[in-house]
Amino acid sequence: MTNSIFEKRKRISDKSMSFFIYLSSLLSVFILVVIIGYILYRGLPVFNFSYLMNTTSIINDTVGILPNIINTLYIIVLTLLIACPIGIGGAIYLNEYAKNKKFVDVISFTTEVLSGIPSIIYGLFGMLFFGTFCGFGFSILTGSLTLAIMILPIISRNTQTALETVPKSYREAALGIGATKWYMIRTVLLPSCMPGILTGVILAMGRIVAESAALLFTAGSVHVLPANIFTHVLSSGGTLTIELYLQMAKGNYDVAFVIALVLIVIVLGLNMLAKLITKKFDVHEVKN
Amino acid sequence: MENRFLSIVSNHKTKSIVEKTAAIIFRGCAIMSIVAVVSITGYMLISGTPALFKEGFIDILFKTTWAPTASDPQYGILLIILTSIVGVILAILIGVPIGLLTAIHLAEMANKHVRKILKSAIELLAGIPSVVYGLLGILIVNPMMYKLELLIYKGDTSHQFTGGANLLSAIIVLAIMILPTLINISETALKSVPDDLRKSSLALGASQIQTIFKVVLPAAKNGIMSAIVLGVGRAIGEAMAILLVAGNAVTFPFPFHSVRFLTTAIVSEMGYASGVHREVLFTIGLVLFVFIMIINLVLTFILKKGDCHD
Repeated sequence: MTNSIFEKRKRISDKSMSFFIYLSSLLSVFILVVIIGYILYRGLPVFNFSYLMNTTSIINDTVGILPNIINTLYIIVLTLLIACPIGIGGAIYLNEYAKNKKFVDVISFTTEVLSGIPSIIYGLFGMLFFGTFCGFGFSILTGSLTLAIMILPIISRNTQTALETVPKSYREAALGIGATKWYMIRTVLLPSCMPGILTGVILAMGRIVAESAALLFTAGSVHVLPANIFTHVLSSGGTLTIELYLQMAKGNYDVAFVIALVLIVIVLGLNMLAKLITKKFDVHEVKN
Repeated sequence: MENRFLSIVSNHKTKSIVEKTAAIIFRGCAIMSIVAVVSITGYMLISGTPALFKEGFIDILFKTTWAPTASDPQYGILLIILTSIVGVILAILIGVPIGLLTAIHLAEMANKHVRKILKSAIELLAGIPSVVYGLLGILIVNPMMYKLELLIYKGDTSHQFTGGANLLSAIIVLAIMILPTLINISETALKSVPDDLRKSSLALGASQIQTIFKVVLPAAKNGIMSAIVLGVGRAIGEAMAILLVAGNAVTFPFPFHSVRFLTTAIVSEMGYASGVHREVLFTIGLVLFVFIMIINLVLTFILKKGDCHD
């Protein structure tokens, strides 16, 4: 009876290891619950919609993060405008045009390197190159250019995976009926990998919203409402994360938690949006 | 450029021009990543080396006194480098077991619902901005560590109390922040282990846990190594989360000392530094960049080795 396969031997090591495995994943979830719970606990009681509508001003005695929200939007739009064409174009080249394997390897390696460089280094580079050398100074443009390099790997990799999943027959069919390569890419490939590209863009947006170290020395920390919609790009503007840092450093934890709440809501929203697209179109997303 | 006439005869010339331009533009886009890496490397070298030559390699890299604003300024960054190394190693030591076990749970044991919850939790954890981690570090981790500090150093007059803003707090925040990286990449590695191995092991009578630890883990070794290396990269480059949590004093990295990391040294002083002081901050940036490049090379090496074995 003792050697029956129906009575499994119970090993202590098995039991204890499974216990640790469950404990670890419980801990991971627990950490998230604590983080979100604490932000809600501190942020919700002090949250007031006037925060979202106002500018911080000592004269008017108002506290608000409207300029930071606007700056964040500016940076998101501008960064994506710069990075998307380059990232998508690069991915198209690697997947559809490139024949030299060495060249592709070099580009893949540099993309890998770019995704591994910490944001503080991007900040230093952006400050020196776009800020000082190109003469854009502390501005939203400098910040966006810097972030554009940073999110390039996310966009190009997601586009590449999307392109890889398009069946070869699509390409052959289009070329076979006389479409030129660019026409084929424009009318067949890009539309069919749109969801994949979109997922990459949303992931990139999440990264932009969360970024702070790369923006501190490039976009600066000014929080005033834009005087002119277009020239605002050339003026300094602090995003939500930068304002959160400044308020935290000053010890204004109430405002800090309001911003944290807003950030968490944005991150959650983007996360769900990416999920929705992935689910609906069966996309494969690439995180880093 | 909507072309109404799609005949290959009538518009051959314009078409071939469009085709060629498209190819060239795409090529240009692809080269951008090379341009970016080369120029970042170039700028880090150009801006980071002048201070080394002015003050001497040894005086900067191997001296421990950091007094950039003193009348006789000293720019020794050894303690800052040490802090980054010690901090990252300890964060990895805490983060890897938790991350790896969670990845095992995700890849090998979890049913569909648990998987879904865990996956979303980890995705969210990865998306939370680092300043938010910093905020919570100050308000949750620091007070806890202060209590611990009071307990340990009770009645010790020689210890300088940090109020919780110390290396230990920073390590805990870092360990949490690298969890998503560790979990996601280890999970992918575990998932890519062929099912045959598991089935053979189970058929031989090994339990699930034995299979995981004796068969699946060794088979996924390379992937897990790259997860750890990427985790190191993430931890060593993190700035804003640990800026206020670590206490920001240049001291030897003991758990209950206020410390300054490479990243936080740059962020905390770049705002007002000038002259040689500013150049030394760029040198710190260069040191960080060299670390990151080494990590990247190690990673490529691991991935290459993995390719050869498969």
